Amino acid sequence: MTIKERQDEIIDEFSIFSDWMDKYEYIISLGKELPIIDESKKTEDNIIKGCQSQVWLDGQLVDGKIVFTADSDAIITKGIIALLIRVVSDQTPDEILKNELYFIDQIGLKEHLSPTRSNGLVSMVKKMKLLALGYKAKTEN
Amino acid sequence: MSFNIEVLRSQFPILSRKVNGQPLIYFDNGATAQKPQVMIDALNNYYSFQNANIHRGVHSLSQEATTAFEAARTKAQAYFNAAKSEEIIFTKGTTDSINLLAGSFGRTFLNEGDEVIISTMEHHSNIVPWQMICDERKAKLRIAPINEKGELLLDELKAMVNEKTKLISIVHISNALGTINPIQEIIDFAHAHDVLVAVDGAQSVPHMKIDVQAWDCDFFVFSAHKMFGPTGIGMLYGKEHLLNKMPPYQGGGDMIKTVTFEKTTYNELPHKFEAGTPNIAAGVALSATFDFLNELDWEAIHQHETELLAYATAELKKIEGLRIIGEAANKASVISFLVDGTHPFDVGVILDQMGIAVRTGHHCTQPLMDWFKIPGTIRASFAIYNTKEEVDKMIVALNRAIKMLR
Repeated sequence: MTIKERQDEIIDEFSIFSDWMDKYEYIISLGKELPIIDESKKTEDNIIKGCQSQVWLDGQLVDGKIVFTADSDAIITKGIIALLIRVVSDQTPDEILKNELYFIDQIGLKEHLSPTRSNGLVSMVKKMKLLALGYKAKTEN
Repeated sequence: MSFNIEVLRSQFPILSRKVNGQPLIYFDNGATAQKPQVMIDALNNYYSFQNANIHRGVHSLSQEATTAFEAARTKAQAYFNAAKSEEIIFTKGTTDSINLLAGSFGRTFLNEGDEVIISTMEHHSNIVPWQMICDERKAKLRIAPINEKGELLLDELKAMVNEKTKLISIVHISNALGTINPIQEIIDFAHAHDVLVAVDGAQSVPHMKIDVQAWDCDFFVFSAHKMFGPTGIGMLYGKEHLLNKMPPYQGGGDMIKTVTFEKTTYNELPHKFEAGTPNIAAGVALSATFDFLNELDWEAIHQHETELLAYATAELKKIEGLRIIGEAANKASVISFLVDGTHPFDVGVILDQMGIAVRTGHHCTQPLMDWFKIPGTIRASFAIYNTKEEVDKMIVALNRAIKMLR
């Protein structure tokens, strides 16, 4: 599936939630299910410090695609990370670089990706793109 | 004026709005307080009918604006019982006031080897400016310790005072813990040892009236927006003889007497510290805020807030796994807490969905959070207009959030 298709699938899934509680309960459950990043990957290099919560992100190139793993100390942040990983992980650097992430807006979680929330998610998306850029440069050389 | 909570609440238009479909419950007063209609009207009226630049204008409008702005200074002098209105310096707020103080006082009074004392529970605003100036002047910044309850260890602070100590800059009420520090005792001790005292009153002003001459503090700072006034204006109070010895902090318009390319002479107090066009509108609105504050029955408010704090503390303690951070014997109506198995951020997000505004995080007191070995807390800070019913709703919401998150 392309990044666009994955985003549309999530938007479709979220359309069934009639109130905020269902939505957040789902996000929390995703947060609880997210496979935790390997402890050895929780390095200073991989940490993204937000004012409110922190995020660890690691991305490895496997067969031309980037596999992301991540973790956070806050469960809602983790749930949103699970969604971001579902969309962006296991895609080529090119795919990751050329696609906009619009699904967060569409499922009504825009405030979580605003710079003022300072939960580390904005920086995490930036870092995902930077990693993609790095791997793209490497593979092209 | 007798204390009628409904009448009081009706003066704050924002309290009748909804957030996320729920009636707003505003428990983030430690960050900023809500605004009474009289203050909002004054702001609106200023821009609608009084706007002009102040001080040197010959025309009527400028004189009218000057009078309206300077009224705030006179009212601040009376409200805080300063000896002279020249001792009231308008700034952008508490942070700006402490930067002015550290910069100007530091360059005059601090020399190599001198010491400044702050405490473990300071806001970053009362840490970083002192770190910067101590670094510049090769002075030493010392930190008075606290205990597990979040109380200042007064004896240890006293033991730190020596012949090199020039200033104690200390918070009156901790924004993160609610602890009320024994300012009078600190000032009396410091003065007996020829040490000056600056008091950070950012969290004090919404809860009580401060009398700077009764305390005999040397400097006192606060932000208007935390005491129901406008953003963008605050105050540095300083004793006249000290302010007169301190050099200007910023150069520009309004702070000069004469300017030539060879030499500039500076204006008198308070203008020598107020370079450039001040926040005139905020000054005029602050003046109206003082009128509002002067009508309040502070004894009744103290009783109301004390009851609210005791009630909320008792109700919160009923929640399993909830730990209150900051249990000083003398506390203002601020409660910081953590709930086992949940992250403060997550709790804050869920409470927000139910219309309840609390603050989560380190509250700009990272060294204090490090001392408690916690990443941050959830903080509910109450003001004059909050009620027990609102506390009840927060408890219900909190239980729901915990159920979802654990």
